[in-house]
Amino acid sequence: MRFAAPLSGIMVLLALGGLLQFAIQMDFISVYVLPLPSDILASLPRLVAEEGVLGRFATTAGETLAAGLLALLVGLPMGLLLHRSLRMRAAFEPWVAALAAAPLILAYPLFLVLFGRSPATIVVIGFISALPPVVLKTIEGFAATRRVLLNVGRSLRLTPGQEFRKILFPAAIPQIFVGLRLALVFGLINVVGVEFLINLGGLGQLINDLAERYDLPGTWGGILCVVLVSIAFFTVLDGCERWLRRRA
Amino acid sequence: MNALLRVEQVSKHFGTRENGVTAVDRVSFGVAQGEFVSVIGPSGCGKSTLFHMIGGLVAATEGRIDVEGDAIRAPHPAIGMVFQEESCFPWRNVVDNVAFPLELQGMARAERHERARHFIDMVGLHGFERNQPSELSGGMRQRVSIARTLASQPRILLMDEPFAALDEQTRLLLGDKVLQIQQELSQTTLLITHSITEAVQLSDRILVMSFRPGRIKREIVVDLPRPRTSDAVVSPAFGAYVADIWNDLRQEATLGLAAADRRRTSAA
Repeated sequence: MRFAAPLSGIMVLLALGGLLQFAIQMDFISVYVLPLPSDILASLPRLVAEEGVLGRFATTAGETLAAGLLALLVGLPMGLLLHRSLRMRAAFEPWVAALAAAPLILAYPLFLVLFGRSPATIVVIGFISALPPVVLKTIEGFAATRRVLLNVGRSLRLTPGQEFRKILFPAAIPQIFVGLRLALVFGLINVVGVEFLINLGGLGQLINDLAERYDLPGTWGGILCVVLVSIAFFTVLDGCERWLRRRA
Repeated sequence: MNALLRVEQVSKHFGTRENGVTAVDRVSFGVAQGEFVSVIGPSGCGKSTLFHMIGGLVAATEGRIDVEGDAIRAPHPAIGMVFQEESCFPWRNVVDNVAFPLELQGMARAERHERARHFIDMVGLHGFERNQPSELSGGMRQRVSIARTLASQPRILLMDEPFAALDEQTRLLLGDKVLQIQQELSQTTLLITHSITEAVQLSDRILVMSFRPGRIKREIVVDLPRPRTSDAVVSPAFGAYVADIWNDLRQEATLGLAAADRRRTSAA
């Protein structure tokens, strides 16, 4: 039963793939718009053997991880600070929310000037785009902690440190992890986007190369690999959340 | 009376003197070692404010609250609080919830779990140690909260309408459980409630509060035999106590209802 939900998700995806395969083979969808799903899957061994997709997968995943970790290291204390100070929250929360909506990727030339055509540029843009959800969801998580749980802690004379470790943080974990999931999605989109634009690094650069060669199955195969990076992060985050909640 | 807990001329005002509200007005009473005292009153009479002041979570504007002469200015180690709202930590299972105060004391895991199991058995939750709070009913979750408070071995158990959200049958049965625990531990208990039957079923003494500003209107000594169970509710003596308290409370509850109607009318 534990695997029933993921299995049904996979079944739906396979069914959708089958439907697309049928629609393309019947010429309802042009093969120049969307290649056959079977061709996309068949391109994967070629991408591994000829295009070094595994190394690129690791590069993109590593850059996204670095951006996410930075967002966590900066965003968690920032969220806590804004939660503790009503004045600071009123002053800065709208700006953090506005940052979440900013199309940062368009400012990549500025980051190129600052950090050069290097992974640092990619990680910094990923980090800045990943930061707002961590901050906003951390504030939301701490603010949503039920007053009665804090009163239980006060009645047991918890120190501020104990209150944070034993009540505030565990209560906020679900929201913080929602923020982290969003952060990794935002981070990954921007990392791949910048790789694509500056033609450097992992899967973004590969997708750029394959698209310029009109290798449509390969391009979609590359996009599939980006989705796999996202799935890998979500799986690891689920495990981390469960582990943390058990330890709290 | 040689009181363990003493509340002397305690008042609580909210807001300014001119535009504020007096929630509790010069309330005085004591609770002796091993005694079960209930404070009963209509909604809005300041019962919960009194609970928070005795628990040290809210400062009194005037007066003094002490435990054997030690003034309460913050949560006191002698007082264990059980809250009206459901207060289990949802990320901890039953045994880890109950062991929480022992964990804070730095007790080793095996020892604190053993101690916690003792209190889990006491509240009748044997077999549910590994369950998450989300897997329990509302009554069971409140019993977990009571067990957690008992695990901190407070000299005074202070409860604020712990069964308010439960149905009448469950309340009576949990009342039996509380009586059993109180008798087993000779636990000094102060219960804040709005339920007359609960107060009569459990208490040695009942303090009836007036509607705002909350004052002690009357003290009733409940002279029903102990050990008591919920069977007592069918006795004529029980009925007489309930009727007597209701006579006092009806007037206060009517005032509370009228105040609520006035608020609704002015808001509309």
